[in-house]
Amino acid sequence: MKRLLSALAVTALTATSALAQTYAVTNGRVVTNTDAGIIEGGTVVIRDGDILAIGANVTVPAGATVIDADGGWVTPGIFAPYTQLGLIEVALESSTNDAGAGDSEYSVALDVADSFNPAGTHIPSTRIEGVTRAALYPSTGFNLFGGHGALVSMSGAADSLFETGSFVYADLSQSGAGTAGGSRSAAWTFLEAAFGDAAGFMGRFSAHHHGDALDRYDAAALVPVVRGQLPLVINVDRAADIRRAIRFRNEHPPVRMIIQGGAEAWMVADELAAAGIPVLMDPIRNLPGSFDSLGSTLAAASRLHDAGVTVAYTTETADGYFNARLLAQHAGNAVAHGVSWDDAFAAITLVPAQIYGVDTRYGALASGYAGDVVVWDGDPLEVMSAPTHVLIDGQETDMESRQTMLRDRYMDITDETPFAYRR
Amino acid sequence: MTSNFLKASVGLAAVFCLAACSDGGSASSGSGGTDTADDGEVVRINLDPYPSTYQPMSSGTTLIQNATIFDGLGGQVDDGDVLIEDGLIAAVGQDLDVPDGATVIDAAGRYVTPGVIDIHSHLGVYPSPGVGAHSDGNEATQPVTAEVWAEHSVWPQDPGFEAALAGGVTTLHVLPGSANLFGGRGVTLRNVSGRTVQEMKFPDAPYTLKMACGENPSRVYGNRGSSPATDMGNMAGYRAAWQRASDYRDDWQEYWDAAEAGEDASPPRRDLELDTMMGVLEGEVLVQMHCYRADQMAQIMDLAREFDYQVTTFHHAVEAYKIPDLLAENGACVAVWADWGGFKMEAYDSIRENLALSHANGACAMIHSDSSGGIQRLNQEIAKALADGRRAGIEISEAEAWTWVANNPATALGIADQTGSLQPGLRGDVVLWSGNPFSVYTRADQVWIDGAMAYNRSEENTQPVRDFMLGQPGEGDQ
Repeated sequence: MKRLLSALAVTALTATSALAQTYAVTNGRVVTNTDAGIIEGGTVVIRDGDILAIGANVTVPAGATVIDADGGWVTPGIFAPYTQLGLIEVALESSTNDAGAGDSEYSVALDVADSFNPAGTHIPSTRIEGVTRAALYPSTGFNLFGGHGALVSMSGAADSLFETGSFVYADLSQSGAGTAGGSRSAAWTFLEAAFGDAAGFMGRFSAHHHGDALDRYDAAALVPVVRGQLPLVINVDRAADIRRAIRFRNEHPPVRMIIQGGAEAWMVADELAAAGIPVLMDPIRNLPGSFDSLGSTLAAASRLHDAGVTVAYTTETADGYFNARLLAQHAGNAVAHGVSWDDAFAAITLVPAQIYGVDTRYGALASGYAGDVVVWDGDPLEVMSAPTHVLIDGQETDMESRQTMLRDRYMDITDETPFAYRR
Repeated sequence: MTSNFLKASVGLAAVFCLAACSDGGSASSGSGGTDTADDGEVVRINLDPYPSTYQPMSSGTTLIQNATIFDGLGGQVDDGDVLIEDGLIAAVGQDLDVPDGATVIDAAGRYVTPGVIDIHSHLGVYPSPGVGAHSDGNEATQPVTAEVWAEHSVWPQDPGFEAALAGGVTTLHVLPGSANLFGGRGVTLRNVSGRTVQEMKFPDAPYTLKMACGENPSRVYGNRGSSPATDMGNMAGYRAAWQRASDYRDDWQEYWDAAEAGEDASPPRRDLELDTMMGVLEGEVLVQMHCYRADQMAQIMDLAREFDYQVTTFHHAVEAYKIPDLLAENGACVAVWADWGGFKMEAYDSIRENLALSHANGACAMIHSDSSGGIQRLNQEIAKALADGRRAGIEISEAEAWTWVANNPATALGIADQTGSLQPGLRGDVVLWSGNPFSVYTRADQVWIDGAMAYNRSEENTQPVRDFMLGQPGEGDQ
C-alpha cells in the first residue's frame, strides 16, 4: 500500500497556521478506545494535527483554542469501513457515478483513488455526523475483481486521500458467481487462475499479454495480494462460501483475507476466529434477502463478537455513499441486540483502523494519534445525539453541508425575501 | 362492511353499492364483477369482491400499569394505565381499577404507545427472499394500470411481516411500485399471520390508488421509447387517463339515473382500470402518490383541481419542506423518510429536518419506510427526525412526534376511527416498549393487535415464524 502525505508530513512541508493551531477539548466524557477506557471530565489537547495529551488532569496550554464539550461525549472519529463516499454523487445518474467500470478491459489494476472526488457534497453531510475516515470500495465490473481500494479522510481537502492501494476487492458471492460465468465453481476457478497468473508474473507474461485469467496489467496488480502485502477483501454471505474462502486463504499463504457481507458469518464464527479473518458486516441486516443470506439475524453481531471474531460494522443495508453517516445508529442497534457498548463503538472506530492496518494513527484518542476528535451532545450511538464539533487531523471542520444550507433557506417560509436570494 | 366505510359512502349509495346491498347479487356478468341486470334491476358494481376474512386472535382483558403513555394524538400520560378489553382500548388514565380476571402488567419505567402504522410498505409484493419470482410489485408493462391490486400480489409468507411486528408495527399499507403513472390499488393490512391475504386485510379500510410522479415512470417508459419519457409526458398521461375516468363516471351516472327512473337503459361496458379511478373521483379511493420534488407536487395539486379529486398523501416528498403552505392549503399530507435521499436527482435536496419542518409549518406529515428494514425501526426514524428538528430550533414534544407513526398515517389511510391512537373504543393495537422508544436501545417488549398478544419478546411461542423460514438457517432468529 502507498501511504500518502501524513498530517505530520504536510505540517513539515507547509507549516500552515491552521495546522499549527492548538485545541483543547475540555469537560467531556472522553472515550479513548485504549486501556485508559472512558475518562470522565476529561480534556484532550491537540497540537499540530495530532493528539498531544489526554486525561482528567491535563493542563490547557496557553493560547489553545478551547472547545468546551459541556459534559458531552468526546470520541475518536467514526471510521466507515466500507463505503463509496466521493465516488457517487447521484447513484442513478451514471455521469455522476464513478464506482464501477463494467466496460473497462481492466479489473484488479483499477484504482478507486482515481475516482474519488473530495468535493462531493455527501462528504460534508457525512462528516458533520461524526465520520472522519472511510475505506473506499470500487464496484466490480466485467470480472469478479473490483480493483484497488483506498482510505480517505472526510475533510474534503485536496489531500484527503491518505492511503491508496489499501486492498483489493473481489466478489465471490452469488453475484460474483454470475459474473464468472454462472456458478461458484466458475468463480473460484477464476480466482485460482488469477492467483496463478500473479504468482507467475512476470515470467508467464514474457511472451504473451494474456495469462490464464488476467492480462499482464491486472496480474501485476494482483502480485502484492498473492504475497500477502495487501489484503484481499472477499464479498460472501453464505456460510458454505465463507468456509470455501477460509480454505482458499489456507491454501494460499501468506494471503491476508477480509470477509465483507458475511450474512451467515456467525454460523462459521469459530472457524473465522481461529483463522484470524476479520468480518465487515451490517448489524441490522436480518432479512433473508436471498438464498445466500437465509441466516441473517440481528443476533449475528453479538454471536461474532462472542466467538472472538474481529468485526467492523457497515451500512450495507442502506448504502455506503449517502448513508454511511448512519453507522452510529447501526452500532446502537447492535447494542440493543446484545453487543457491549464498547465493542459496538470500537466496531465503527478502532477496529476498522486495525483491519486496514492504520490503528496506530486512527481509531483511538491517545498521544500521537491523529487529531480526529468528535464532540457529541450525548451518547454517540443514540439516534437523537449529534456532533457539535468535528476535528480532522487536528483542525476544526465546518459543520455546514449542502443539506444544512437548504434547511436554512427554507426555515422561514413567511419571510418575503425570494428563496433564491437567501444565502 | 361496517359503518366506517358506509359513513364515507353517504350520498353515494345510489352510485356505488356494496356486495351486501339488497340489490347487489352475487351473480356476475361476463365483464367480471358487474352484477347482472335481472328483471329490470339496476346494475351495480361490487366494490368488495375480495373481502377481508380477518379474525382477531383470542384475547383477554389486559391492564398495563405505571407506564409513560404516548396516546398517538399528541398527548402524554405519565405513570399511566392502559386497559384493553374485548379487543378494544377500554380506558387510558391513572390508577385505573383492575377488572376481574385481567392480566396485569407492571410497566414502570417502560412506555406504551398505539401500534406503529407504516403507510408505505412493499412487504408481500417485494418479499424476502428477493428472487425473480417474488418481483410482484410493479406491473411495468404500460404506464396506466389502475386495474391491478397490490393485494393480488401479496405473499403472506414474507418473513418481513414478523420482523416488522417485532418493531411494533400493527398496521401497514402495501402499495404497488412506482414504475407507472397509475400503479394500481394499495391494500391496508393488519400485521397478522394468515394463510391468505384476505385473512390479513384490514376490515373496511378504504381502497387506495398508487400514483407516481417524476423520474421512475419517465425512465421506465422513456427507455423503451414509449410515452411517458418526460415530466410533461407524465402530466399528459395523467390528464388523458383522468379524462377517460371522468367520462366513464358520467356514463355510469347517466345509466344509473335512467335505470332508477325506470327507463330502459343499458349499463356502460365495465372497465376495471376506470373503476378504480372513478372511485377516486367519488372520494371512495384515496390517492397515495409517490412524488419527490416541490414543483412536481404543485403540478399534481393543480391536476387534482382540474379533475376534481383529492391527493390524500404525497409519499417520499423529500422537498415537502419547501412547500408546507401549499400542502396545507390543498389538504395534502406528506409521508417522508427521516434522512434518506440522494439516490436520484429528484431526491438530491433531501434534508434531515424535512419531517419536523413540514410539520411545524402546517403540513400534515408522517414517517414512512418504503423498506423492509426501515419498517422495523420507525420509532428510531421519528427520533432522528425529532432530534434534527429540535436542533434547528423547532420545539416538538415526543408525544407530538409519535403522531408521525400513529394518528397521522391512520388519518391518511382513512382508518383513524379504528386505530392509530389510544382512544377508548378503538382497536386494541398497543405496543409496550422496554424504555423510551426514542432511544436506539429500546425494543418492543410486547405487541397487541386487537387486544391479542401478537408478539412477546421474551416468549418464543409468541413470536410468529412464517412458513418460508421453517427449516432454514435463520428460523426463529430475529
